[in-house]
Amino acid sequence: MQSQATYNYKVVRQFAVMTVIWGIVGMLVGVIIAAQLVWPELNFFEWLSYGRLRPLHTNAVIFAFGGCALFATSYYSVQRTCHTPLFAPGIAAFTFWGWQLVIVLAALSLPLGFTSGKEYAELEWPIDILITVVWVAYAVVFFGTLVKRKTSHIYVSNWFFGGFILTVALLHLVNSAEIPVFAAGVLTPKSYSAYAGVQDAMVQWWYGHNAVGFFLTAGFLGMMYYFVPKQAGRPVYSYRLSVVHFWALVFTYMWAGPHHLHYTALPDWTQSLGMLFSLILLAPSWGGMINGIMTMSGAWYKLRDDPILKFMITSLSFYGMSTFEGPMMSIKTVNALSHYTDWTVGHVHSGALGWVAMISIGSIYYLLPRLFGKTEMYSTRLINTHFWLATLGTVLYIAALWISGVMQGLMWRATNVDGTLTYSFVESVKSSYPFWIIRVVGGLMFLGGMLLMAYNMFKTMASGRAVNDAPVLAPAHAH
Amino acid sequence: MDINDLRSLFTVLSFVMFVGIVWWAFSSRRKQSYEAAARIPLEDDLPADENGPGADQAKY
Repeated sequence: MQSQATYNYKVVRQFAVMTVIWGIVGMLVGVIIAAQLVWPELNFFEWLSYGRLRPLHTNAVIFAFGGCALFATSYYSVQRTCHTPLFAPGIAAFTFWGWQLVIVLAALSLPLGFTSGKEYAELEWPIDILITVVWVAYAVVFFGTLVKRKTSHIYVSNWFFGGFILTVALLHLVNSAEIPVFAAGVLTPKSYSAYAGVQDAMVQWWYGHNAVGFFLTAGFLGMMYYFVPKQAGRPVYSYRLSVVHFWALVFTYMWAGPHHLHYTALPDWTQSLGMLFSLILLAPSWGGMINGIMTMSGAWYKLRDDPILKFMITSLSFYGMSTFEGPMMSIKTVNALSHYTDWTVGHVHSGALGWVAMISIGSIYYLLPRLFGKTEMYSTRLINTHFWLATLGTVLYIAALWISGVMQGLMWRATNVDGTLTYSFVESVKSSYPFWIIRVVGGLMFLGGMLLMAYNMFKTMASGRAVNDAPVLAPAHAH
Repeated sequence: MDINDLRSLFTVLSFVMFVGIVWWAFSSRRKQSYEAAARIPLEDDLPADENGPGADQAKY
């Protein structure tokens, strides 16, 4: 049954290793800015000040860490579920080097103060163009591989990855429409948005929430639908549910953005519409969570001694929790309390650390031994330690920010009998310090876990070999 | 008919399409092909990968 062809593991390996490296960099910057909030003296130079480093943190963890994880896992699983090597290996190699160049340019330009000021889309226009080129190359490789597949059915993980690639292209192009500044006859790297006022805000949060919905959700659900069944050794709980919740996510997420603009100049009906669609989103989100967790039914015992599976199942639990919290926070009356407080930051991190990072970490632990010719990672015990550091770190982080967030919201809205504010803003800042210290501790634990992962990875690499001869197998039977 | 009618129409069509997808997904004819599809990731290794992580790696 064996053909001569081999899977393209090289580009998968490159992205997998860089996932760990960029994860450490991005999370280190996160710990630094968390510490800067507690100890403002740590703002040493302007280019390492909080305002410059914060977008560097978000870009690094989302696009460098999360992005590399998505490239690695989608390239690995699309080849294997389609029983064919990657289409256009040269273009695939370009996506690796192009994406790394984007990351390096971000790491240089953001601290230097170049920003378009749009959250999660801060990079200036020359980098935006490079992102577009790399992303089109990614789409060519991914969809080209789907086209030359040897199975008739396209497995569900590829639908999620494909939806993620297409939608992110659309989001990036629309939101990054901008006009470069000509100053003294010279084209500068500075630009201004093509939109103005509340339209600009709406386009930005249409982008921003769909970046969450498609980059940070659909892509990672694609990862989940391949790697959870693989690690559990069981088919997905309900294939039918996976089809229905895929389309439900696609049809619903696009509308949820306005909940970022409650009680702003955005028309009231748009806010209510955004809230309604955010509430509906609970159903498809929990469809994915239930489908992933129930894949374990009949194999729960495997959780006892498989820390990789623990990462994956815990990530789904955090996914379920944060996708319950999100719709709740989109309700306007709840949002009146939560918006602009630490609660939002805590919510994002329960999704980012608990769901996105943990499913990525689990999947990369699955990949590394296979990419380096080993049967397992150098140390399973270290994976277990990493799991507990990551879980406890996430819980510390989000619990601290729940308390500080609700406290801030209550302090800001408290009024005296004569209508004056009970607390000045700085009093709420002062009261937040203990929780910000707990956040630093939680972040340090999560970062510490990533350092263990890097050690484990380099030890696995040192005793392994780069696998480039994994044979492409014929499909089991025509599907 | 102005552009807002088209927008409303598109929303209704999207909803009808989604209901159609659900109906299609739940039709009993899909059951067997879905069972086969669900096994795709488990059938991409040399042996069935049921002996724990990395069991498939011993071959190469």
